[in-house]
Amino acid sequence: MTVTTVDRAALPNPTEEPSYLTSENTVASWLFTRDHKRIALMFFASITFFFFIGGMAATLMRLNLATPQGLLQPAVYNRMFTMHGIIMVWFFLIPSIPTTFGNFFVPLMIGARDLAFPRVNLASWYVFNLSGLIVLYSLIMGGADTGWTFYTPLSTIYANGYVLAAALAVFVNGFSSIMTSLNFVVTIHRLRAPGMTWMRLPLFVWGIYAVSVVMLTATPVLTMDTLLLAVSRFTGVGLFDPQHGGDPLLWQHMFWFYSHPAVYIMILPAMGVVSEIIPCFARRPIFGYAGMTIALMSISILSFFVWAHHMFVAGISIYSGVVFSLMTFFVAVPSAIKVFNWTVSLHKGRITFDAPMLYALGFILLFTLGGLSGMMLATLAVDVDVHGTYFVVAHFHYIMVGATVSAFFGALHYWWPKMTGRMYPEMWARFAAILTYVGFNLTFFPQFILGYLGMPRRSYTYPVDWQVWNVLSSGGASILAVAYTLPLLYLGWSLFRGKRAPINPWRATGLEWITSSPPPKQNFPHTPIVTREPYRYDPENGTFVTQEGTPYAE
Amino acid sequence: MYSWIPFWPDTAASSGHAVNTLFAAELALSAVIMLTVVVMMLHFASRYRKGSDASRADRVQKTWHFEIAWTAATLGMFLILFVYGAQIYVWLFRAPRGDEEVYVVGKQWMWKVEHPGGQREINAMHVPIDKTIRVVMASEDVIHSFFIPAFRLKHDVVPGTYETIWFKADRPGVYRLECTQYCGLQHATMQGKVVVMSGPDYARWLTTQGVHESMAEQGEKLFRAHGCSGCHGDNSTVHAPSLNGVYGTFVHLQDGSVRLADEAYLRDCILNPRSFTVAGYPPIMPDFSGQISESDLLKIVAYIQSLSGKQETRR
Repeated sequence: MTVTTVDRAALPNPTEEPSYLTSENTVASWLFTRDHKRIALMFFASITFFFFIGGMAATLMRLNLATPQGLLQPAVYNRMFTMHGIIMVWFFLIPSIPTTFGNFFVPLMIGARDLAFPRVNLASWYVFNLSGLIVLYSLIMGGADTGWTFYTPLSTIYANGYVLAAALAVFVNGFSSIMTSLNFVVTIHRLRAPGMTWMRLPLFVWGIYAVSVVMLTATPVLTMDTLLLAVSRFTGVGLFDPQHGGDPLLWQHMFWFYSHPAVYIMILPAMGVVSEIIPCFARRPIFGYAGMTIALMSISILSFFVWAHHMFVAGISIYSGVVFSLMTFFVAVPSAIKVFNWTVSLHKGRITFDAPMLYALGFILLFTLGGLSGMMLATLAVDVDVHGTYFVVAHFHYIMVGATVSAFFGALHYWWPKMTGRMYPEMWARFAAILTYVGFNLTFFPQFILGYLGMPRRSYTYPVDWQVWNVLSSGGASILAVAYTLPLLYLGWSLFRGKRAPINPWRATGLEWITSSPPPKQNFPHTPIVTREPYRYDPENGTFVTQEGTPYAE
Repeated sequence: MYSWIPFWPDTAASSGHAVNTLFAAELALSAVIMLTVVVMMLHFASRYRKGSDASRADRVQKTWHFEIAWTAATLGMFLILFVYGAQIYVWLFRAPRGDEEVYVVGKQWMWKVEHPGGQREINAMHVPIDKTIRVVMASEDVIHSFFIPAFRLKHDVVPGTYETIWFKADRPGVYRLECTQYCGLQHATMQGKVVVMSGPDYARWLTTQGVHESMAEQGEKLFRAHGCSGCHGDNSTVHAPSLNGVYGTFVHLQDGSVRLADEAYLRDCILNPRSFTVAGYPPIMPDFSGQISESDLLKIVAYIQSLSGKQETRR
């Protein structure tokens, strides 16, 4: 094999076209764009905004919990954790990776010019922002006070806050999810470049595919559920009210039928991101590509059969408790396989520790700890003890924040040069990655202990003997706040002052790295022809081959 | 046994010991797995860092052997945990016939506890040691969750039905009682204490509560006041099933199904009789849904239980 020894960084841009950022400059050219890359950036702006709103609510909560008696009024605290949950789940975590990096990179990675339905993509952004306005309305008017889970009959009859507005926001938000996921499914089926077979798809694309299938199937159930909630609250129809022959648990069944898969909606794209970063920075192929795709798809299917594990103590029959526990252990198997495969993907690599890799390694550790606590929660008798306590809070934050947000920041750093054409300051980024890891563990590990001691969730006050753990957690949260804000500052700086990014700064094999940084509006000057599997890195000889089949020396 | 660990709560019931052992096993297992991942990661990260001269030859090409191995290992381990956890769960949530019963009503934002002898407490529950206590729970408004950390025992209290749990406390002392399902503004303060007492202490405590009527006696009055005795009483001429001895038996319904006449069934029959018409009887009973408070309902149920002689009526 002849090896091209030209340094990739020195290669000129393959096209003379202006980039997607500079091709048009009017405000209208952004607001009415159908370019998936611009829409991705617009989504990025929206979800970043909501991330910080949700983060402010979290800050107030941790501030309140620094002392046993609390600083906030009970009503304020209750509204804060409700809005924190609603905003973080539906306005940050669920859309986070798919609408930004998925939107930007799925077409680039499969060699397409755009998503299948560019107008639907733009519509999805507008619908998302409409739902965002509604949730902001609910927040500004005083917020809802039901918890993000809207349990009935509390939410239908007893709660006083702006529950209908919050539920409406969730309802509208679902349509954005559906539009975006439909777009991905069709795009991945129909618009792959010649030679891009299913088993040559980068794992990030597989992750987005798996998540889109789940979103498309599960979201309508939530849509119906919130509609029933609105009808019950608005008209007094007793769907969930036992006094009128309704069943309070019906809400929970429907809610978790969506919201458990939703947990996988948050984690599957993150798994995809990590599967891109690890081989690239370990300079070797991913360990068990086929196994990884099978694991992704089996998680997305099994995720539909575990919802009642949120209801082990809710009064479902003990037999269904037993069945759902078994199914929950089954869905944990592919996750465990993935952890082992990622870790072993470091074996005989040639590893560098740039910021994306630090985030990815952090992801693996936090995901493993979150997963192991999930194993405990799947065990029926242990769930009876720790259900509804801070143990559960710690568990899902390890998965949804520790793992998913780490992957989000990993993806942001990994693809930043491609998206903006600028390099970020590496030392600052590594510092932020390590700070995230430290701050995160300090915030959430004490919550496992608090939970096992019996501290109930959603309480504005607690006995004095638990203060030590709570203070540790609040202290960690302040570190985490810094770690999450830092990238905003240095990435913002890099937009203007950062070094110009070469085409392929990480020497990666995906198609997104063969076009210029940032890419032109049409993505590629010519349709790429794919001849290789992804991740053809060779640590033994220090070479790699792109998916187009061009070999390079390191 | 675990009291030296700073994050280990008190354990004071048989259920607590069972869960402790399982939890400790899972904790140890998790530590081993976590350590394996960390050690592997650190080892590979330092041995195969960019500058090292470790050999990169003979990388594993066929990965499926490994993948099958750790799939099988994980699955096997999970199945053991599943069976272990499920066994305890079934044992915990299938209430046996108790030595004593306690009735609990959750409402925003307090736990109301009533003993068969008529003794009432709020946010406190006194129980004797080494006895199997059945707790029959109802909610007056939203979903609450009854949790005693020292017993590792929790169950939601859902409006519209009864939930029954049981425990056997084995260490005298005062333990926390909590609500772990968010139930509105003052959810955080819906807390109380469980006082586990020796048999004689408990008997003494019961007599100092100044109570004159047992729950069943109060229930009997309500039974008359709501007109139940008109049809279900011994001298009634109306064709209605007799309630003597019905508690704890299996009842054949008009629709062909068979139900165990436990507390939840009796409650359903009172509130929604048309859905539970007993085989061979006309569906003529009016429904009492919305007319009887949860605590009165519990008294009527206690009275019907007493008709089966299963219920001591102590004062």
